[in-house]
Amino acid sequence: MEVTLTVNGTAHALDVPDNMLLVEVLRERLRLTGTHVGCDTSQCGACVVHMDGCAVKSCTVLAGQADGADVTTIEGIGAPDDLHPMQAAFRECHALQCGFCTPGMIMAAIDLVNTTEHLDEQAVREGLEGNLCRCTGYHNIVRAVLAARDVM
Amino acid sequence: MYRFNYQKAASVAEAASLLDGAEDGVYLAGGMTLIPTLKARLASPTDVIDLGAIDGMADISVGDTVRIGALARHAEVAASAAVRGAIPALADLAGLIGDAHVRNRGTLGGSVANSDPAADYPAAVLALNAVVHTDRRAIAADDFFKGLFQTALEPGEIVKSLAFRIPRRAAYAKFPNPASRYAIVGVMVADFGAAEVRVGVTGAGACAFRSAELERALAGGLAAEALADVTIPYDGFNSDIHASAEYRGHLVAVMARRAVAAAIS
Repeated sequence: MEVTLTVNGTAHALDVPDNMLLVEVLRERLRLTGTHVGCDTSQCGACVVHMDGCAVKSCTVLAGQADGADVTTIEGIGAPDDLHPMQAAFRECHALQCGFCTPGMIMAAIDLVNTTEHLDEQAVREGLEGNLCRCTGYHNIVRAVLAARDVM
Repeated sequence: MYRFNYQKAASVAEAASLLDGAEDGVYLAGGMTLIPTLKARLASPTDVIDLGAIDGMADISVGDTVRIGALARHAEVAASAAVRGAIPALADLAGLIGDAHVRNRGTLGGSVANSDPAADYPAAVLALNAVVHTDRRAIAADDFFKGLFQTALEPGEIVKSLAFRIPRRAAYAKFPNPASRYAIVGVMVADFGAAEVRVGVTGAGACAFRSAELERALAGGLAAEALADVTIPYDGFNSDIHASAEYRGHLVAVMARRAVAAAIS
């Protein structure tokens, strides 16, 4: 099956199996391994990317569903010397321990800030319901999202 | 995942034709249930027919009813000013489904066609006496849910939209599973005036149902004290690691009281 999609601003045309997932396209075909797979049961949110502007679990989207879509991954939001405000806030607030959930957390948090008016602590905690941190480092993650909210 | 053929339909008619020509085809809407099911190898269809690209199936309009296209995503319903203006409880319910990423993909039509015993929308379909419009006919809410993952839909039939009656007031209260956010029990109470109160319950039984006990108790109008002594027979309720049948019966009454309190506040 032929799919075309734009990832982090670059257009790609790929021949993929019909049962390939978007996250597999990103990691295995495009070698964008910043997007993680944490659970295989669509619960952990480590694989969250933006598809046409919305945060989605890329492990629960078929490549065919993403045909024609504009996808942004963690690699597409900033650079080591030019971090996205959310990345900078995660670093500043020590919002990661092992770091495995961080790409999904950051992509989810950016969408949350972009789409929520009056984002307070409770709204951040509810908004990140779909992202699990097995280090249980939630307090600093919430602090980071609130800090980024103020500068985004 | 097992192998399957993925096909994207451009119209309802094309989707029906593709399914008809498949050995063992299945429709895909948002995929929030189907894709995890495929990943777990709990289903092995030969063909997955994607409805997601069909135009005009995600529209929301408000007239005598609130009409929502089957492909409307939960996040769109939750954020719809039109839905919130007419039936705020329905927008609230949509905003409680799963998590934000699931709400960005999951659809109304997929939810009701799946008839998951713990899905939220079926409670609203029953309480708001919705009509399910398909590519073949209109199905009344009371005739739609038939059992565990069973509905009145015939093989190949496609849900196109739902029309929800607009109540005077309504509210949905849910006791979510803390991990999945599926309803361990969810209750929607809708007051249409003229002594007509409908109560839809999800999570408790094999599929969503109306509660005769709660509707009888509320027939005199929505009042917190009307449910003070109500008891719910729990024979046949779901019993699993999350909650026993008896506990679910207790939760139905508690959620009903919370829904009534929210509706009249």
